[in-house]
Amino acid sequence: MSALYVLIGISLLVAIGFLCAFLWAMRKGQYEDDYTPSVRMLFEDELTDNTQTNKK
Amino acid sequence: MELEKFSYDNKIVKQFAYATIIWGLIGMTVGLLAALQLVFPVLNFNTSFTTFGRIRPLHTNAVIFAFVGNGIFMGVYYSLQRLCKARMFNDTLSKIHFWGWQLIILSAVLTLPLGLTTGKEYAELEWPIDIAITLIWVVFGWNMFGTIIKRRERHLYVAIWFYIATFVTVAVLHIVNSFELPVSMFKSYSWYAGVQDALVQWWYGHNAVAFFLTTPYLGLMYYFIPKAANRPVYSYRLSIIHFWALIFLYIWAGPHHLLYTSLPDWAQSLGVVFSIMLIAPSWGGMINGLLTLRGAWDKVREDVVLKFLVVAVTAYGMATFEGPMLSLKNVNAIAHFTDWIVAHVHVGALGWNGFLTFGILYWLIPKMFRTELYSKKLANWHFWLGTLGILFYAIPLYWAGFMQSLMWKEFTEEGLLKYPNFLETVVQIMPMYMARSIGGVLYLTGVIIMTYNIFKTVKKGDFLANEEAEAAPLMKTYEAHGKEHWHRVIERRPIQLMILSLVVILIGGVIEMVPTFLIQSNVPTIASVKPYTPLELQGRDIYVREGCYTCHSQMIRPFRSETARYGEYSKAGEFVYDHPFQWGSKRTGPDLHRIGGKYPDSWHFNHMLDPTTMSPGSIMPSYTWLFDNDLDTGSTPAKIRAMITLGVPYEKGFDQVANDSLMNQSDRIAANLKKDGIETLSTKEIVALIAYLQRMGTDIKGENKK
Repeated sequence: MSALYVLIGISLLVAIGFLCAFLWAMRKGQYEDDYTPSVRMLFEDELTDNTQTNKK
Repeated sequence: MELEKFSYDNKIVKQFAYATIIWGLIGMTVGLLAALQLVFPVLNFNTSFTTFGRIRPLHTNAVIFAFVGNGIFMGVYYSLQRLCKARMFNDTLSKIHFWGWQLIILSAVLTLPLGLTTGKEYAELEWPIDIAITLIWVVFGWNMFGTIIKRRERHLYVAIWFYIATFVTVAVLHIVNSFELPVSMFKSYSWYAGVQDALVQWWYGHNAVAFFLTTPYLGLMYYFIPKAANRPVYSYRLSIIHFWALIFLYIWAGPHHLLYTSLPDWAQSLGVVFSIMLIAPSWGGMINGLLTLRGAWDKVREDVVLKFLVVAVTAYGMATFEGPMLSLKNVNAIAHFTDWIVAHVHVGALGWNGFLTFGILYWLIPKMFRTELYSKKLANWHFWLGTLGILFYAIPLYWAGFMQSLMWKEFTEEGLLKYPNFLETVVQIMPMYMARSIGGVLYLTGVIIMTYNIFKTVKKGDFLANEEAEAAPLMKTYEAHGKEHWHRVIERRPIQLMILSLVVILIGGVIEMVPTFLIQSNVPTIASVKPYTPLELQGRDIYVREGCYTCHSQMIRPFRSETARYGEYSKAGEFVYDHPFQWGSKRTGPDLHRIGGKYPDSWHFNHMLDPTTMSPGSIMPSYTWLFDNDLDTGSTPAKIRAMITLGVPYEKGFDQVANDSLMNQSDRIAANLKKDGIETLSTKEIVALIAYLQRMGTDIKGENKK
């Protein structure tokens, strides 16, 4: 059943990759503010108005 | 800081949206055809291309990779640009991604009905297409990470994390599960055999559900529900916690697809434990989605977009409650191999994926075309038809699955099977199959109405291909002196560099060593289990080609009800030469693992020609082309050589004489048939299939006869 160990190894690799990503996010301060981003994503369309035209 | 002006690419979003709708219509229509074929076998149309075994993989591939796949890309390309405050990294990559993905789907539509299949569920596409998928997936990742790197918003919104996890995991899953040895342009053998192949396949299969149907859609949920409701997500903190919990737990749950099989017990238990734990992050996501609408439920009454999104999240909650329950061994013993599982996945597919996609389309199309939706009334009709469709689909199948399973397990007071004839249990659930088809018709009708509604909206709208926006660039964390080599960026981060190189090295090592490990462990553990004869091997490839595994399992679980019905339970050592494994996941017909020697050759001959002559009332299609087609013996030497490469112990030089052995055996079967008054040429495909069917499970049959 060596496939089992291979899969566990690969799954562990993926998990370690996720762990690194998580640590990166923590250290970069991605999660220092856990409220504002949820509001900020709502405001991004200030510029959108119907006067825009299709130009190249 | 000066504001930068740029524009969002809406055209690529529009293209993916159109592709989603078109492939959705096609995939669901094919699904309806498959459902009706189970009620009216005449709808198999007596051609190989339109028979259930080939139609069902076409349906699953079309709805998963074409409908949901394009839906993912539509949502990602729209939301990622806005969340990153940046246009997609490269328009050409976007185009290659779009057209490449459509070509892959088109090649699936062509090859699957032709019977070109690897025979592994949800990974049926043959090796050249597998390579194309890998390349296009890399293009997608390149484009996505490029956009993330040049973003103008430092914080990565939670949706982006879901997209990243999707990209990484799907890439790993696809590559590991697609290890296969090409025999010809459109035929390959899975590198793994038997139990190992099953494990890899369901590790892939389960994570495909997790990382193709779930995580990207959760990302979309976190973007489009707040947008549609115009209020922030209930708890941003919860979204972060449940994201990390979800992705860490999901990758270990695969073995729950193999409970009570020949997989080692500890691996089964590991899968169960992680599956049960999954309920927490799954419901975290559902609760977060639903509570986003707290205090705004009045909007749900008015806004058809929110209606779709709410039902989608509710369906997600139901499916992810049911999933862990089905992973419990005692529940799984009843549900596995029945229509219960089909109902379960369709609550997820029709409810979660379907309704979320429709909600997004109804929100996105008017926005990009700068107009109102053509008809709210029609959209409401779609909503109710779809909701009723889901109920009409799922409830009858739950009923059917439960009832049929109990019939399989029922014994008389004398201790004999109460329903020894499998067909009896099928006939019982035919009305439910009919009701399920009606559910499918309702659901599809809704989608057709949506297509019309969106077509009308598009016609009256004014599409904005490039939406202008402006934002301040990110503050650089360091000052670069002039143009520097890209590698310098990595060099400045020694720890990350080390981890990265470690990962790269490990991947290289894994690719190098895995095949060696696997071949060594394919040495038989049961002495009496011998490799297939060339004729049986050819017959097995026909079995794979016709998609027999879509209705028949080859895995007798160690239950009294199964050993009484089918024979000795299946052992891991019996499958060591099976490339790919063909255990199946659904019993629309009986298990076939001990079919060998159960009936005479002539029975199989007549049964394949017209199943109703041997089993009146059978819903199995006829396989008339097997009686006309000559077996392609030209491929035998290459197939034997491939098997030798994979570690099957044929004698050296056997590939040269394999066809002699093949002729011998087929002549014997033809002579055998002649005794029963059947005249057939020994060169026909049916002879090879009979050889395989008569071989199956016979290796250890003698030993266990009492």
